[in-house]
Amino acid sequence: MEIVDIVPDVLKNNVMITTIDGLFKWARSNSLWPLTSGLSCCAIEMMCAAAARFDLARFGYEVFRPSPRQADLFIVAGTLTWKMAPPLKRLYEQMPNPKYVIAMGSCANEGGPFADAYSVVPGVDKIIPVDVFIPGCPPRPEALIYGMLQLKEKIRHPEIIQKVKK
Amino acid sequence: MHEGLLVNLTVFLTRIAEFIFGNIFIAQLFIVLLEIVVIFAVISLAVIIQVYMERRICGLIQDRFGPNRVGPFGLLQTVADMIKLMSKEDIVPAKAEKLLWGITPMLLFIPAALVYAVFPFDNGVIFADIGIGIFFVIAVMSQGVLLFLLGGYASENKYSFMGAMRAVAQMLSSEIPIAFSILAIVMMTGSLRMSDIVSAQSGIWFIAVQPLAFIIFIIAMLMETNRTPFDLVEGEAEIIAGPFTEYSGMRWALFFLAEYTNLLAAAILTVTLFLGGWQGPFLPGISWFILKVFAVIFVFMWIRWTFPRTRIDQMMALSWKVLLPLALFNIMATGIGIYIYKWIY
Repeated sequence: MEIVDIVPDVLKNNVMITTIDGLFKWARSNSLWPLTSGLSCCAIEMMCAAAARFDLARFGYEVFRPSPRQADLFIVAGTLTWKMAPPLKRLYEQMPNPKYVIAMGSCANEGGPFADAYSVVPGVDKIIPVDVFIPGCPPRPEALIYGMLQLKEKIRHPEIIQKVKK
Repeated sequence: MHEGLLVNLTVFLTRIAEFIFGNIFIAQLFIVLLEIVVIFAVISLAVIIQVYMERRICGLIQDRFGPNRVGPFGLLQTVADMIKLMSKEDIVPAKAEKLLWGITPMLLFIPAALVYAVFPFDNGVIFADIGIGIFFVIAVMSQGVLLFLLGGYASENKYSFMGAMRAVAQMLSSEIPIAFSILAIVMMTGSLRMSDIVSAQSGIWFIAVQPLAFIIFIIAMLMETNRTPFDLVEGEAEIIAGPFTEYSGMRWALFFLAEYTNLLAAAILTVTLFLGGWQGPFLPGISWFILKVFAVIFVFMWIRWTFPRTRIDQMMALSWKVLLPLALFNIMATGIGIYIYKWIY
């Protein structure tokens, strides 16, 4: 039985019911506040996505918080070197749960052109868990917005991930 | 001037409560509690509207749309943000002074909400029309700085502490121009009572008589409410998020709530002191009051999204070397003006 069926037919047009879980999923997926952090050139595209032409604010994702304590989303934008890896991991650990990570661009996905270099981490998923990978070098702002909307779908439908795990 | 719509409503509700409880004292107590609940509801709703307004006006000024996907015209965006903040993990830093750190966000809301007790919302609609109304507002508003200091100190974080020290410096230097610019108005009305200040503007608004005091007051209020160009307390390029750096989830949301409550209080104070309060032709007083308050809030947001942030030394120099001498000069000019006015008539 669906939860909606509890409402009597007389009230169907006037009453909206949901679960706390559903409400939180709706709220979290509509208010992803990214951390103001960028590692290299992908960060320029990230800034561009928030500016007038692409306007990330339409979805309510434009609140870039400077403090990791108030951020929900970590956009790893750029090349991650082994020297930068400990601060990045610390920033991730300072964020409160539930937290999400987007790996933006080829370097963050798997090292990009520097994949074989001694100094570059071959993909940020070696350091922190990643929710969405966005390919591109750098990805266009539309690609970043699409990635964030995919993350929104992922937050709304966690059962899909559980199926894949099995 | 006729009594406001809200006064009649209150009298009507008191009669009903008296009928139900059968005791005039309990009925009046009930109505006072009801009024307090109503003012808290109004403040919370106003905060949600202001956050939405801020993001849409920011979009308007930067040639964007702003939030427009969540709910009709993006109206549910702030609601989603608030619910999300409630669901976030509550992180308490291991080295923080737990008790002080925990109570600061709750205490911060008290001075922010307490000043609403003396604001005249309509003719006769005022919680406590005390004889030292404007003095009370200045005294209570400046208590907020203690809590910024407390929160920054208790976080045991260098950025928080630097933000707290900046907050103290900034608010001390904004209080004095505010007090001196208000003094010119008090000299003209001869009363500290808020309702007297409003009724003194039935002929001409004080913005026309005291333009210099108005400009000083607006600039100093921007400093007092930590808004750009003076949002040095939360200057994210320099000190991350100032005193709020270590606060997450709902605790941070309380800081946010107090910030917008202060902004609303600043707008109400501007309207009451300079723009004739609830007075206006044709419409009921409360609707003029709401219109004027939101017009002032729009101006504050316009300023915020138009100007860049100043440096701390520029802000201090502006406050102590420009605003304070100008305010003192304004008091002298007002005194001379009042003397000449009395001499002529």
